[in-house]
Amino acid sequence: MTTTQDTTTAVVEIDCGKRWTPVCEYGQLIPGRGVTALVDGEQVAVFRDRAGALYAVGNTDPFSRASVISRGILGSRGDTPVVVSPMYKQAFDLRTGECLDEPETPDGSAARLRVWPVRVIA
Amino acid sequence: MVKKNLVLVGHGMVGQRFLEEFLAQPGAARDWRVTVLAEEARHAYDRVRLTSWFSGTSAEELALCGDSFVAEHGIDLRLGDPAVAVDRERRTVTTGSGQLIGYDALVLATGSYPFVPPVPGHDAPGCHVYRTLEDVAAIKEGATTARVGAVVGGGLLGLEAAGALRAMGLETHVVEFAPRLMSLQVDDGGGAALRRKIEELGVVVHTGAGTQAISTGADGRVRAMSLSDGTELAVDLVVFSAGVRPRDQLARECGLVVGERGGITVDERCRTSDPHILAIGECAQAADGRVYGLVAPGYAMAEAAARELTGEPGSFTGGDTSTKLKLLGVDVASFGDAHGSTPGALDVVYTDTRAGVYKKLVIGEDGALLGGVLVGDADAYSVLRPLAVSRRPLPAPPEQLLLPASAAGSSAVGGAALPDEALVCSCHNVSKAAIRAAVTDQGCTSVREVKACTKAGTGCGSCVKLLGGIVEEELAATGVELAPGLCEHFAHTRAELYEIVRVKGIASFSRLIDEHGTGEGCDICKPVVASILASLGNGYVLDGEQAALQDTNDHHLANLQRNGSYSVVPRIPGGEITPDGLITIGEIARDFGLYTKITGGQRIDMFGARVDQLPQIWQRLVDAGFESGHAYGKALRTVKSCVGQTWCRYGVQDSVGLAIELELRYRGLRSPHKLKAAVSGCARECAEAQGKDFGVIATAEGWNLYVGGNGGMTPRHADLLAADLDRETLIRTIDRFLMFYIRTADRLERTAPWLERLEGGLEHLREVVLEDSLGICADLDELMERHVGTYQDEWAATLADPERLRRFVSFVNAPGTPDPTVRFVPERDQIRPARPEEGGGHRVPALVAGPELEVRTR
Ligand code: SRM
Ligand SMILES: Cc1cc2nc3c(=O)[nH]c(=O)nc-3n(C[C@H](O)[C@H](O)[C@H](O)COP(=O)(O)OP(=O)(O)OC[C@H]3O[C@@H](n4cnc5c(N)ncnc54)[C@H](O)[C@@H]3O)c2cc1C
Ligand code: SF4
Ligand code: FES
Repeated sequence: MTTTQDTTTAVVEIDCGKRWTPVCEYGQLIPGRGVTALVDGEQVAVFRDRAGALYAVGNTDPFSRASVISRGILGSRGDTPVVVSPMYKQAFDLRTGECLDEPETPDGSAARLRVWPVRVIA
Repeated sequence: MVKKNLVLVGHGMVGQRFLEEFLAQPGAARDWRVTVLAEEARHAYDRVRLTSWFSGTSAEELALCGDSFVAEHGIDLRLGDPAVAVDRERRTVTTGSGQLIGYDALVLATGSYPFVPPVPGHDAPGCHVYRTLEDVAAIKEGATTARVGAVVGGGLLGLEAAGALRAMGLETHVVEFAPRLMSLQVDDGGGAALRRKIEELGVVVHTGAGTQAISTGADGRVRAMSLSDGTELAVDLVVFSAGVRPRDQLARECGLVVGERGGITVDERCRTSDPHILAIGECAQAADGRVYGLVAPGYAMAEAAARELTGEPGSFTGGDTSTKLKLLGVDVASFGDAHGSTPGALDVVYTDTRAGVYKKLVIGEDGALLGGVLVGDADAYSVLRPLAVSRRPLPAPPEQLLLPASAAGSSAVGGAALPDEALVCSCHNVSKAAIRAAVTDQGCTSVREVKACTKAGTGCGSCVKLLGGIVEEELAATGVELAPGLCEHFAHTRAELYEIVRVKGIASFSRLIDEHGTGEGCDICKPVVASILASLGNGYVLDGEQAALQDTNDHHLANLQRNGSYSVVPRIPGGEITPDGLITIGEIARDFGLYTKITGGQRIDMFGARVDQLPQIWQRLVDAGFESGHAYGKALRTVKSCVGQTWCRYGVQDSVGLAIELELRYRGLRSPHKLKAAVSGCARECAEAQGKDFGVIATAEGWNLYVGGNGGMTPRHADLLAADLDRETLIRTIDRFLMFYIRTADRLERTAPWLERLEGGLEHLREVVLEDSLGICADLDELMERHVGTYQDEWAATLADPERLRRFVSFVNAPGTPDPTVRFVPERDQIRPARPEEGGGHRVPALVAGPELEVRTR
């Protein structure tokens, strides 16, 4: 998570494990919404919250297996920042990728999104 | 004080649970030093979910214990170093690496090993067992080059293995010696239903057949398998899953008593024949003489043993072998005395061969439920199992409990029917009383808290629904006021927020939550506020901050489908459409390869559009004069019409004309839930107006207005609000009815429940909208005038603005790249979404293609 001033020229980057990859301009992100980026062949959902903080998690919803997490609504549960899957509405902790509603999907796999390091470069 | 030495042999599921239970006992950490000998080279993991490894769950995710647990408790964990001998006289254990470890107490938790029938060729390369992570990794590796797989054993594990092979794209056979599948759990009828379902999924089932030999090719690898019924199968991968045997070798060699059919004999406190040695889990034969192959009884033994060692009371006298699973997507459950072996037991059976449903209840002579089998629909399991285990009389006649949920009655069976001692969660041995206590004594106020506090519902998950019901009941009984607010961010109801926004003239979510709420908002309050702002005329729904509030459907002005694609529904007012209009829609659907269907709302839905195709599709629709149908919005959907007086020989008014007028008037009107309407040309009511939020039926004198109708889940016939209205009065009355509803209804409350709830009911509504008893009609009229006057088509507005179009890309950093996970397969000459097992699996079966799929057209 990175907090920063809103500067339209700043660039959002994601660390795929090998290198930092620029994905979009910071100003392109609507506060409270997400976009999908393709990083090293994987789909990453990138969000910016009302305060300007950034989060990046895997885009595949473990419950429907559809690549839709970036289209979810941001919000909070207590102090936890969450994104809610648009498909069946489970909430995921944006910091850990953990699902707050159900620990696993009906087929028994873990309901967790991968978390990606994200930063802003002015 | 010198610490005593505890040695645990086996770090599997039960061994790990034992460590947790033991170290939680008072004094355990002070008095004992713990050494664990583990044969496997990794920490304990969740074997029950082993199969999910094939669908992407990683080994780390399956782990039940991490380094921190080991370090925190100072456990001497020796991975990859099994116990090879026990000297009971000296009280020492010898390990594989040659170390000698003394013990004061020894706990054996060595589990089971898979039984492999000693047929010729059973150990050839290509043959596998199914017990450890290494086993599944070897199977996956083998499957990359194999084409046909066979699973020996049609029990629980065998079917799981078959599912995994199938998902990897192998042609799959299951060979079962018994005359039916899952013979331990289900009876003949259930086995037959299960077999049909599984065969439908493309698995070939051979029952009543044994494996006689496995033959190998020139390379020494598996090539074929011959069965006792003469069948010869060409296979290149075999998984043995023909049952397990307790690993009691170590115990036998040191002279402990073992059961006739294996398993270290223990008493109800898990003590073996040597007072210094305990045995738990699948390697033990419990006090009731059984060797349990399930994890829940193992956990109960772990707890009993932990208590025995620290001098606390506790025992294990026998466990519940009920099971509920989803095998290859088929629900299977068996509980209690599933085979009706209790003397005098009687069966009640329900079968629906078409739907693949089979259900049986076993009833005792005294009318109590003893057990049952459910295949294809196991919803009732969570309630029936505890009833059977506690031998309670049935809360309803058995035939009612068996009928599908849609038939009345079965919904009557909830947590309330259960006695306090009923076991609700069998994975974690949590009774109804313990759940109630979590609410009343420990102050839990939600299912989430009860789960964390009792562990109930955190195993297989099958009890969660029942758990929710009990928690809710208990909360209500203890008088806990469930906060009336919308969600944790707003203590106000939707109607109150509406008033706040209206009176204070608030135009943004940020201001509303900063002044009247807390936190960041959520998926409940954000769309509600978005809808309120839109109904109060704050313009285009996707501009500025409002964009962030919308559900994905509104955000993309289209309906999200199961695979992440969208559907497109242009408005067809009143259901009237020209041949050219039909042709245009047909051409667009054809050009983009979309699936088309006539909806239940008298219009045409086009499915399968990717996000990035939406603007192109809509550009063509808008150019041809179509506009958004708001199928995605909580807004007016359709005004259905019958053909009416113009053509119909019975019609007395122009129903199509009025329906079109009403649809154009109220299109785009945002409301607490969707709005549907209809106009019929005479009392025969072909447009089903009495099933709508507002419905109009023509009379010889004018129009009758009905309100508060609903189809859907809880159908309600509409009430007659006013009769024989002229066109102008009719429209004014509908205007006010709608605006009054929008102003006072709850979130996602349609007009039917709203009207039921409205104090004073229909009479009050009449007074408000016809006699202006609240003096608000001028306001309501003005709001509607504003709506009608400022309506604009959202899609046309979106297309006109490059900034607004930017959200319609699959990837922000690769705008031209389509989303490769949106996949379709052909069906009945059109496309449909590929199912997960057809799509991104390890091997992609034939026929799957991206969204540009060519479909044969005649
Ligand atoms: C497409 C359609 C089925 C079809 O192929 O015919 C349909 C499809 C959906 N319906 Fe429906 N309903 C469709 C006609 C109906 C009808 C029939 C009608 O309108 O005459 C009903 C019963 C009448 C009624 O609503 O009173 C109907 C009762 C529901 C309900 C239950 C509402 C209720 O009050 O109980 C839901 C669930 C909800 O809204 O919460 C629902 C929800 C849905 C959703 C939105 C489910 C979802 O969240 O994905 C479906 C998405 C539509 C899409 O992706 O485009 N749909 N749905 C029909 C679209 C009509 C249209 O042209 O807009
Ligand atoms: C694919 C699969 C699906 C299953 N599904 C379900 C289900 O849905 N529901 C259910 O209730 N149960 C299920 N089970 C059964 C469940 O996994 C077992 O009941 C449970 O694991 C038993 O725990 P345990 O600790 O007794 O044995 P295990 O988990 O097998 O652990 C025993 C451990 O001891 C080790 N060990 C053996 N000998 C020695 C030695 N001499 N020295 C050191 N270590 C040794 C073994 O290597 C192993 O790691 C399933 C099992 C499998 C394989
Ligand atoms: S409702 Fe009446 S007018 Fe309309 S189609 Fe039916 S019979 Fe004809
Ligand atoms: S019964 Fe399995 S989690 Fe409760």
